[in-house]
Amino acid sequence: MREILRIAARNLLRYRRRTALASLLIAVGVVSLLLFLAVGGAFKSTMIESITGSMMGHIQVHHRGYVASLDTLPLNLQLKPPQARKIEGELEKTPGIEAYSKRIKFGGMYSNYLETTNIRVNGVMPERELATCPGIADRLIDGPADGPTLRPGEIWLPKLLADGLKVKPGDEGVIIATNNDGSVNGVSLKVTGILESATGPGGRDAYIHFQDAAELLRMEPPEVSEIAVRVAHFGQVHAVHAALAGALAGEVNQKGKPVFEVHTWEKLHPFANVARSVDLVTRFMLVVLVAVVLVAVVNVMMMAVYERTREIGTMAALGTQPSTILGLFVTEGLLLGALGAAAGLVLGLAAVYTMNLVGVSMAFGQNTDLILRPTVTIGQVAVVAGLVMALAVLGSLQPAYRASRLDPIEALRHV
Amino acid sequence: MSLTSAENITKTYTMGEVQVPAIRGVSFQLQAGSFVSFVGPSGSGKTTLLNMLGCLDHPDSGRLTVLDTEVAGLSRRAAAAFRGRHLGFIFQDFNLVPVLTAYENVEYPLLVVQRRPEAERRQRVMELLEAVGMAEHRDKRPGQLSGGQKQRVAVARALVTHPALVLADEPTANLDSVTSQAIVELMKRMRDTLGTTFVFSTHDTHLVEQIETVYHLVDGRIQDGAEGVSSDA
Repeated sequence: MREILRIAARNLLRYRRRTALASLLIAVGVVSLLLFLAVGGAFKSTMIESITGSMMGHIQVHHRGYVASLDTLPLNLQLKPPQARKIEGELEKTPGIEAYSKRIKFGGMYSNYLETTNIRVNGVMPERELATCPGIADRLIDGPADGPTLRPGEIWLPKLLADGLKVKPGDEGVIIATNNDGSVNGVSLKVTGILESATGPGGRDAYIHFQDAAELLRMEPPEVSEIAVRVAHFGQVHAVHAALAGALAGEVNQKGKPVFEVHTWEKLHPFANVARSVDLVTRFMLVVLVAVVLVAVVNVMMMAVYERTREIGTMAALGTQPSTILGLFVTEGLLLGALGAAAGLVLGLAAVYTMNLVGVSMAFGQNTDLILRPTVTIGQVAVVAGLVMALAVLGSLQPAYRASRLDPIEALRHV
Repeated sequence: MSLTSAENITKTYTMGEVQVPAIRGVSFQLQAGSFVSFVGPSGSGKTTLLNMLGCLDHPDSGRLTVLDTEVAGLSRRAAAAFRGRHLGFIFQDFNLVPVLTAYENVEYPLLVVQRRPEAERRQRVMELLEAVGMAEHRDKRPGQLSGGQKQRVAVARALVTHPALVLADEPTANLDSVTSQAIVELMKRMRDTLGTTFVFSTHDTHLVEQIETVYHLVDGRIQDGAEGVSSDA
């Protein structure tokens, strides 16, 4: 094997320019794929963390039918206290859950006593909400001096609404809402925080204390619109979702239909489609890399077999077995792929490292000042390197087979 | 002892729709340690005959036995193994592997084909390189050698496996007369030393003069009434 490697390596060096060009082509493909994996991955993870960490949570549990009516924030599809307790019991038992937060969500009117506008409100228990969506603290651009603390009688308003009504922290206002019985109630609240807008549903919601929401809607005892869940490790979202959905599936109504519905963030936020598009483009980049490697290797190896036909004939005449000739050319292809992959990985990883240090500025929807920190995993690097090598072997198989099947007499006659 | 025997062998090539007979019923026997040449003009069938003796091709009819092995019955793999074990080749254009040094070219059959241990390889290769006067050029690649030097390396490569039979197709065709003379003397000396049988194809009259047994081929047949019998030149 060592001698085959040595001959293969020397043959690659024999046609330096061709080898360099083919390796460069492969390297460009590898660099492109690595950069896309790194930047696309960073974009996805940053956006997903922004969405799940600052407003949605990773998983949400609702009363069945609530999500279908999400736009109207229905108050007749709330989780009753025993139902909420049942869910909380399962959440406490399910492994992998870091935190959860009960929310009362409703629509109403907000007035600063001069102007009035419609508003969507989340009634939350601040400590639990911040544990479930810690990114809310980062969205608080003008908040209380003593940290992200939301007390009864206070409200955090979304920036667009605050700017529109010219409201600032310290101002007083009132929320008016209709409860499930049809009666209209109001509550006076002091603005203590302005929230930066976020992309997607819930990105322009106001936050008040859970107790204020329950009082405003005359809920005694309080009902719950949704329970948002944060898992300890993002990679476990689907496993935790499956476990939770399975545990709650047994709860059925009198018609035998499930009482609860459990969704991951992907089912609730349109960015999941963008994430899928990023994955699709990644696959497309992968196909381009496959084509680039195959074209480069097949081209070089076909040329090599053609130009070295007499040499192959000589080797065959000297008694070299067809399998050894096949091995020699496959090894050449493999080395060519390894050379291109190594060059591409070095250049690509250097570029990714530099971008990670510098940061890549980006705007998406309401998130106008995203800083991406591109990174690739060892697994991704191994997959790219392995793929290139496998493709190099695949690309060299046909020319190598042809070389091994050459008739020695014809090959020796080749000019 | 008969090393090789041919009994009424024929070979016809098909070129498009035309049948071209290359060998038309040739019979001969080659003795071990002989120095034999097939001589004739272009198209007389010399190379075809050598290809069949070298198990690179097989006759359409007749019986060709090399070292007690029926050539026609060998598969592709078996023929390659047979060549690697028993035969040596010297080519008109030297056909050295360009990326290998003189040493590595000679070593190639022992290393890649016969997979001999390193110590044995080193000993045999150096013996042969010294015998052909190329030891001091052992680290040069073919591109750094003259035609005569390349052919010396090729002779060493053909002999390094200690083959019973060496087939040389026009070995001096690309060499000047002085170098040709030296190469022939070298091969004769190797024959005397190792007892290897050398079979040539040539139309070089100077070379023919030094061959011990000559078969004249014309239109695929052995001439001069010498068919099947060695005729000393």
